[in-house]
Amino acid sequence: MKGLWQLTWLEIKIFAREPLGLFGTIAIPVVVFVVLGRLMRGAAATPASPEAMFLKTGLPVLAAILMSISAVVSLVTIIAIYREGGILKRLRATPLHPATILTAHVLVKLLFTALTLALLLAAGRRFYAPDSAGTLLRFAAALLFSTAGVLSIGFLIASLVPTARFAQPLAGFIFYPMMALSGLFFPIALLPPWLRVASRVMPMTYAVSLLQGVWRGDPLSFHVWDIAAIAVFGALFAALASRFFKWE
Amino acid sequence: MNEPVIHVSGIRKAYGPVVAVDDVSFEVRRGEIFGLVGPNGAGKTTTMECLEGLRSPDRGHVSVLGLDPYRAGTALKVKIGVQLQEAQLQKRLKVGEAVRFWASIYPSTVDPEALLDQLGLREKRNAWFMTLSGGQKQRLFIALALINDPEVVFLDELTTGLDPQARRAIWELVRGIRERGKTVVLTTHLMEEAERLCDRVAIIEHGRLIDMDTPRGLVARHCPERMVVVATADASARERFLVLPGVDSVDADGASMTIRGRNPGLVTDVIQCVSRHGITVTDFHTTLPTLEDVFLRLTGHSIRD
Repeated sequence: MKGLWQLTWLEIKIFAREPLGLFGTIAIPVVVFVVLGRLMRGAAATPASPEAMFLKTGLPVLAAILMSISAVVSLVTIIAIYREGGILKRLRATPLHPATILTAHVLVKLLFTALTLALLLAAGRRFYAPDSAGTLLRFAAALLFSTAGVLSIGFLIASLVPTARFAQPLAGFIFYPMMALSGLFFPIALLPPWLRVASRVMPMTYAVSLLQGVWRGDPLSFHVWDIAAIAVFGALFAALASRFFKWE
Repeated sequence: MNEPVIHVSGIRKAYGPVVAVDDVSFEVRRGEIFGLVGPNGAGKTTTMECLEGLRSPDRGHVSVLGLDPYRAGTALKVKIGVQLQEAQLQKRLKVGEAVRFWASIYPSTVDPEALLDQLGLREKRNAWFMTLSGGQKQRLFIALALINDPEVVFLDELTTGLDPQARRAIWELVRGIRERGKTVVLTTHLMEEAERLCDRVAIIEHGRLIDMDTPRGLVARHCPERMVVVATADASARERFLVLPGVDSVDADGASMTIRGRNPGLVTDVIQCVSRHGITVTDFHTTLPTLEDVFLRLTGHSIRD
């Protein structure tokens, strides 16, 4: 893993130099969060109202999942652009281990996810107070773990996209249905049986369950199965991606 | 003669039904500039990538500095320098960051700052890759290929897309690499580049190596004819040129006569003949065959077709 930190640092600087990418990754989830929070603040003053419940439990998880997806879409796009431009091939002709080149991108995405989460929590502290600092830390850990898990799908998608132009639409095509069926918007129990099965084989479902639970204040031990499922899916997709990954 | 550092024997590489490289064999000696020459799509880059360890040939054997490039991995990569065809770097990567990062991943390197100086990139240290001109990008790629003080340097279509001035500047840099005792393997579809830069060239077409020699040797073997054009009003000159040894034909076109022959001393013979007989000459020039003509002779078509 020689060169990993240097490459990660380099990629962080390069990413930060692209104003649009930086804005899309960091600002949009925060802006959505703040705007929704403001719109509902009046109604949410009544403690048991649906708006209050949504602000307290739904919104943070929704924003977290959006961050995760935005990390994956961004990863797929970057890998596709790097491949199309021959950057991956050029890096592979150096003594860098192939895994180092890809791991650097995962670290960059996780770092920016953590940064966005910190901004989000700072911006949203007026709307809710998480139960404790412990909850906050567990939530951050759960989000980074889930994001790492779904990033492995990103590598698989990046192996399949023919050109950078298709990267974003294809990633969206895969992730938005996954999000719709994840239990984020309506309970999985309300889905028809075949969609319930589909929901169970998507890692996003487990990520949502984990994040919702942790935000409510559950200890991590309540969600061993969610964590195991995310790890298994992550390993599976990473293995598939390493089998099919195209460097050029 | 120096010892070979690269051995290639009978390599073949196919992509599906397309055979890109077919039974190619050659050796490259230490300290020479060796050129793989041929039209686009001839299999030059695939051959090169087998040497760089980026591809494994379907058949045949490759050895670079005594190692199998595809299996040796890092052990070879630290000893070679690579410039890939049409490669890019991250758009917003700075020139200085690129060389410093490259320097950080090799066990031993030359001084990155000195290298930037040598390649005329000092002023561009803080410029993003995307803002560089074509020639500056190629110089940066040469810098990256030289950062680890490699024994063998691979340069793939180094000057494609550059204007003639930038091209000449790059040729000087490549000669400089050889002067430092490195071995250079390059591909080009520019015959002029091969002729001026390479110590030896291998002509490749349709995945096959057609012939290999020094540029001069190839010309001597395949295009031995010489051509001298003399402009003169002297009508008796034609008969005098025709009887010179080795002259095949003398074609008169107005006041200008084109003398063709295979005798290596043809030019001297014509000059002496002109002087001996006091022929008044208003213009005199020679046309020697080039690698371009060799390619035409060997393949039946021009490299540009």
